Amino acid sequence: MSDTGSSTSSQHPRLELKGITKAYPGVLANDHIDLKVLPGEIHALLGENGAGKSTLVKIIYGALKADAGTIRWNGNLIDIANPHAARKLGIGMIFQHFSLFEAMTVTENIALSMPGRQNMAKLSKRIVEISENYGLPLQPNRHVHTLSVGEKQRIEIVRCLLQNPKLLIMDEPTSVLTPQEADKMFLTLRRLSEEGVSILYISHKLDEIKALCHKATILRGGKYISECDPTVETAKSLAEMMIGTDLKAPKHDNTKERGQVRLKVHNLNMDSNDQFGVNLNLINFEVRSGEILGIAGVAGNGQVELLEALSGEALCKIPEAILFENKPIGDLGPSQRRKQGIAFVPEDRLGHGSVPEMSLVENAFLSAYGQKQLISNGFIDTKKTKQFAKEIVENFDVRTSGVSHAANSLSGGNLQKFIVGREMLQDPQLIIIAHPTWGVDAGAAASIHQAIIDLAAKGTAVLVVSQDLDELFAISNRMAVIAEGRLSVGRSVQELSIEEIGLLMGGTSKSDSQKEFESVA
Amino acid sequence: MLLKIEKRPEASQLMVYATPIFALILTILTGSFLFHFLGVDPVEGLRNFFIKPIDNTYGATELLVKATPLILCAIGLSVGFRANVWNIGAEGQLTMGAIFGGGVFVYFHDVDSVFLLPMMIVMGAIGGALWAAIPAFLKTRFNANEILTSLMLVYVALLVLSLLVHGSWRDPDGFNFPESRLFSDSATMPILIEGTRLHFGTIIALFAVLGTWIMLSKTLIGFQVKVIGAAPKAGGYAGFSQKKIIWFSLLFGGAMAGLAGVSEVSGPVGQLLPSISPGYGFTAIIVAFLGRLHPVGIIFAGLLMALTYLGGETAQINLGLPVAVTGVFQGMVLFYLLACDVLVNFRIRFTLFGRAAS
Amino acid sequence: MTGYEWIIPVILTVITAATPLVFAGIGELVTEKSGVLNLGIEGMMLVGAVTAFVTATVTGNYFLAVIAAAGAGAFMAFLFGILTLSLMANQVATGLALTLFGVGISALIGQDFVGQPVQAIPKVDIAGLSDLPVVGQILFGQDPLVYLSFIMAIGVSWFLYKTKAGLILRAVGDSHDSAHSIGYSVVTIRYLAVMFGGAMSGIGGAYLSLIYTPMWAENMTSGRGWIALALIVFATWKPSLVIVGAYMFGGITILQLHAQAAGFDVPSQILSMLPYVATIVVLVIISKDESRIRKHAPACIGKIFHPAS
Repeated sequence: MSDTGSSTSSQHPRLELKGITKAYPGVLANDHIDLKVLPGEIHALLGENGAGKSTLVKIIYGALKADAGTIRWNGNLIDIANPHAARKLGIGMIFQHFSLFEAMTVTENIALSMPGRQNMAKLSKRIVEISENYGLPLQPNRHVHTLSVGEKQRIEIVRCLLQNPKLLIMDEPTSVLTPQEADKMFLTLRRLSEEGVSILYISHKLDEIKALCHKATILRGGKYISECDPTVETAKSLAEMMIGTDLKAPKHDNTKERGQVRLKVHNLNMDSNDQFGVNLNLINFEVRSGEILGIAGVAGNGQVELLEALSGEALCKIPEAILFENKPIGDLGPSQRRKQGIAFVPEDRLGHGSVPEMSLVENAFLSAYGQKQLISNGFIDTKKTKQFAKEIVENFDVRTSGVSHAANSLSGGNLQKFIVGREMLQDPQLIIIAHPTWGVDAGAAASIHQAIIDLAAKGTAVLVVSQDLDELFAISNRMAVIAEGRLSVGRSVQELSIEEIGLLMGGTSKSDSQKEFESVA
Repeated sequence: MLLKIEKRPEASQLMVYATPIFALILTILTGSFLFHFLGVDPVEGLRNFFIKPIDNTYGATELLVKATPLILCAIGLSVGFRANVWNIGAEGQLTMGAIFGGGVFVYFHDVDSVFLLPMMIVMGAIGGALWAAIPAFLKTRFNANEILTSLMLVYVALLVLSLLVHGSWRDPDGFNFPESRLFSDSATMPILIEGTRLHFGTIIALFAVLGTWIMLSKTLIGFQVKVIGAAPKAGGYAGFSQKKIIWFSLLFGGAMAGLAGVSEVSGPVGQLLPSISPGYGFTAIIVAFLGRLHPVGIIFAGLLMALTYLGGETAQINLGLPVAVTGVFQGMVLFYLLACDVLVNFRIRFTLFGRAAS
Repeated sequence: MTGYEWIIPVILTVITAATPLVFAGIGELVTEKSGVLNLGIEGMMLVGAVTAFVTATVTGNYFLAVIAAAGAGAFMAFLFGILTLSLMANQVATGLALTLFGVGISALIGQDFVGQPVQAIPKVDIAGLSDLPVVGQILFGQDPLVYLSFIMAIGVSWFLYKTKAGLILRAVGDSHDSAHSIGYSVVTIRYLAVMFGGAMSGIGGAYLSLIYTPMWAENMTSGRGWIALALIVFATWKPSLVIVGAYMFGGITILQLHAQAAGFDVPSQILSMLPYVATIVVLVIISKDESRIRKHAPACIGKIFHPAS
């Protein structure tokens, strides 16, 4: 029985989609998309943020229902009602945002995605077996919140492998890994492919796709663009298919003299407020006028804590740990730091950088009321605030039908431009920007990058914290890496390679990077 | 047919104003069934409940008398609710306001001064604020849930009042009834319209509404309240202190409830009794929500809830309905409002199964 | 006289004071473990109490009365579920609404029954065992609901930590997004958890009107629903500690009653404040350690889940 089953299936593509369409209010997320994945094929699904990749794979995984279109599995027309049904067919999925339960153990997490009752002891044993077999070491009794991001991803992979998948869907799996960790994962994926498992690999990282994938399907704006062989395409041709137009790299003058030191952080230690957080350990760096310092690192290595310490949302015990223009500011709150001429763009646009339900006018007031003197005689100067909001919208090309609309009615890119604009128009001496283009479309990203560079050219000191190495290499003058709450020595971008940064991001590996961190202290 | 709940791209302003009206209509519809079930003609029941009580001048003024404490408490609570501070102990703060305000009279009952009443009003506000300061302190210092602490303090405040009127504050000439002396003229709220019970407390409530409106829409502290409630992290980013807002909104809410308490005992009640409020502090929670936490909305909602009190009494007298109908109506309004509120952020669409909605 | 006889009636009354809290607390614990905060316990208990009382008075059947109370509590919780789970209303506001509504509707239902007496549910009498000295009455002479309360607590503990269904329920409370994305119906699971909580609160209410004070009075729960909520914080979401907490509060209530009866020279009002003040004190002591609360509280508690996003 099983023999005939596999022989018939080998004649058909493992998965074949035709005309998949899915509409959300106001957007057509998927517009008649076709996709074919063969057995044992590593197939890339390539597209920008908002191209419709995530919607499409959620449909394949049964988490969303298509409005129209057909799905064939080994040649048979099927209807995937829910993720349980998908898993039963042999479809496994690894989400970009892990579907894990922090308060539970590795085994419990895996048991939750297995059908029926599980003998926990036996399951633990199988987890160890599989994880060793595929080079994905895991301890079954650890609680998830104690694990690193890389380890969490391993749970996701092992969870899928335990169910002998025929198709593995991976959504941006390397975005949370160091380059070295990613390479290790590729080995596992190639082995799976050799064993006949198909892999649908979602990414917008072209080098990765060229190195790993056999085929690529390209999506743009919810539409199917083409299918190609990524190994014969160049990164440039892939990028053009993905973006549609060719993008200009930001203009950048790296030869200019840097001015005086604006921000100096000296032996900053800080314990995290969050039980799952990272403590900062002897952080040292400085940012000069006109300079862009990039801080790279895998998420969850102390970025949140460092940003809170710099913004004043968390106060330092020693005021002198943070010096702004030679004055200690470590014990000042956010408003007082703003008064000195520091501006901040936090990571989370909705809920941190802005109040989602409030209008753009109110959100303009949020952080600028002091610098822009938007309060007169104890009352909010609505007229002036409105003017300021309009100024941001005009200068930073924020697409909105009016400043009285709520922040959460804007697209991610436009809201990000609004927040960046609000901070930049306060004429800061120092601006600290977290993940400036995270989840932003390519057009908005390019304009934000240009704005950052222009601001630095006018003499502002800029600190950018990002996970996106391409971004940091494109805009920074100097770069440092944060790993496990420690910061490496900042070095000029010209002297740095991706490999070196990757090693530093790995943190406490026994390589030279250890020295980098020690030499700081 | 499929019922689909879809998130709106932006909250619907129309629905913000429309859902309280939907809720009212649904309550009236359900109320009709309830009347029918209780053996009363629904039309007659509704007429007695919603129209009869206010079809004369005295009734209309009584509506204002009942609405006054509701509006005062609700306006205070609304500031807290906006800041995500869940003070549900307004009933206790109201009681403490009555005790502090009434206490002034108990100790100075033989003083006949124009300063007596203002003193009582100020002490009433202070009493309410002090009582609310307890949950504020426990929340900011020990992280104790303000819902539970403020609620527990309601029971404690009621027992304190009971202790006082049974004990040292009992009227020496009162035949041992658990009541204080009747308040003298200089300790009583001036009557606004002769022959009615409409009193100066209503004016205080109106000023409180106006002041709160300005505070919320025009001042930095009001802005901070709204930001901390809607997005605490954004508040921290802007440099607003969450603890300060917790203190502010609880003290403010307590002071307003305290004013309600003192205006009741120096108004329609006229003395301290073991029970001085038919649950105004709890009904005020409904008023605050029904009024959309907005000062003007709270006036309308306060009047409506006051009407349910009067309606309950009228229906009891004329139709022999149990007075508990009032509570059912009040609970129902809030239920329906919360249900209808889904329409503010979501829209409901009927789609044919498996087919794209055009 | 050996000197300890007085303690037996005290223990017996502590048990009756604690049992309603055990029911309500265990029920709400399950609700909260699924990630839902239902502040309407007080309302559900009142409706349970009045339903049980009316059913018992009309039919004379106690079993039916307890079942009806559980059903009424579950129905109230179902209303809460419609609002918070299907219509995504704020859980805190809806819980308050449930309590306010419960106060009103129970008063309406019970208005003709105020002051009527009912025979309390008889206690178990196991020949031989119940007559044993000291332990006989305490262990073998309780009313059936006391035993049920322990069975429920043990059963819930077993369910939550030893069964797959319990694991799923906890998973939904830990991360509803993860649970949804691996294919569990978050809303259905939460409906069940919320309704279980309602049924337990209903039985807790029935205990009050059929056993603790066999009668019906408006607002007769006098804050027990809120104390049950505090209990769960006290117990850091552990079933066994809910029992400990319930008996502690039961003890304080009874102590206060006995002190009043013994004619202590303290005004009765001061003594009556004790359970409420104790609740605040306990809450403060437990909440002081913020990280401990955060570690044990279900991560999704009170958060609204909208599957399409």
